[in-house]
Amino acid sequence: MNNALIFITFSVFTSLVSFFLDKDKTILGFKKGLNMFKNIVVPFLNVLILVSLLLFIVPPRLIVEYLGAGSGAIGFAIAAIVGSITLIPGFISYPIAASLIKQGASYSTVAVFMTTLMMVGVVTLPLEIKYFGKKVAIMRNVLNFVVAIIIGILIGIIL
Amino acid sequence: MTKKTFQKIKPYIWLLSFAVFSVVSFWFGFDPGKTIYRSFTESFVEMIIFIPFLFIIVGLFDVWFPKEKIEKYIGKDSGAKGILAVIILAMLQAGPLYGAFPVAYILFKKGASVRNIFIYLGAFSSLKIPMLGIEIGYLGLNFTLARTLVALPLFIATGYFMEWYLRNKKFEVYEIK
Repeated sequence: MNNALIFITFSVFTSLVSFFLDKDKTILGFKKGLNMFKNIVVPFLNVLILVSLLLFIVPPRLIVEYLGAGSGAIGFAIAAIVGSITLIPGFISYPIAASLIKQGASYSTVAVFMTTLMMVGVVTLPLEIKYFGKKVAIMRNVLNFVVAIIIGILIGIIL
Repeated sequence: MTKKTFQKIKPYIWLLSFAVFSVVSFWFGFDPGKTIYRSFTESFVEMIIFIPFLFIIVGLFDVWFPKEKIEKYIGKDSGAKGILAVIILAMLQAGPLYGAFPVAYILFKKGASVRNIFIYLGAFSSLKIPMLGIEIGYLGLNFTLARTLVALPLFIATGYFMEWYLRNKKFEVYEIK
């Protein structure tokens, strides 16, 4: 609810400013936003169905055991490795991450999972090699894996 | 059913099956089905109260900050301005990281520095505005702010490191046809 309030306030504010500056541009922006929303809404609903099913099948006890606050370094490592290997689009991974936190996973573990998911791509490595060459592509992935670990640890300290 | 009508309903096949499943579950009092439906509506409400507003913001960003304008500032000697430009450019994109590789090629062709190309990839991976919006919606403003503020300096450091690592090597981004 709190988050929704942030969005509503911010979007009303930016819309008003934008409208004041340029009416036509604002309407064009609304249209663009509406189009993007239309494109995403069905896949999004499918994800919600999938997450609801998964939450029913995977017992919360299991998530807490392997990724919860008490899981320590092992939970952190599982999250980092799974995040590096799998390829899950952002708008799917966020609902999953939110439900992980609700079930008792730590912020640090979720941060490392999200970051490796976004920055390290084992599955897409062959493609990346074609663009950058072997050395650079592997270097980038290793470096980003390290960066993701640092982000995870720092988030754990901050939050 | 003809092939044409199937093609038409194909995107909605999951939604339709789920609707049928839920109705049947409630009809016959199938408890797991009811639980799954409740958890679905809960997350649906959670989503629908912020996603439309998120897209208003994204749409407005798109018209006020056209990508073509920013691309002008990413040259070799662009310094801090160049770093800022690639970060903003990356934030305006959408899609998974492998969608950024062709853009990296274009940046390379346009004369972007090694450093800026890797800063771009870092920012693209996890600072895209639509994704930040979804992240705030699901994980909260505190989490998103903390993650962003921790990640940004690390991405810039990665760019500098790659520049140093490749200082005596020939670096090239290849085009894939």
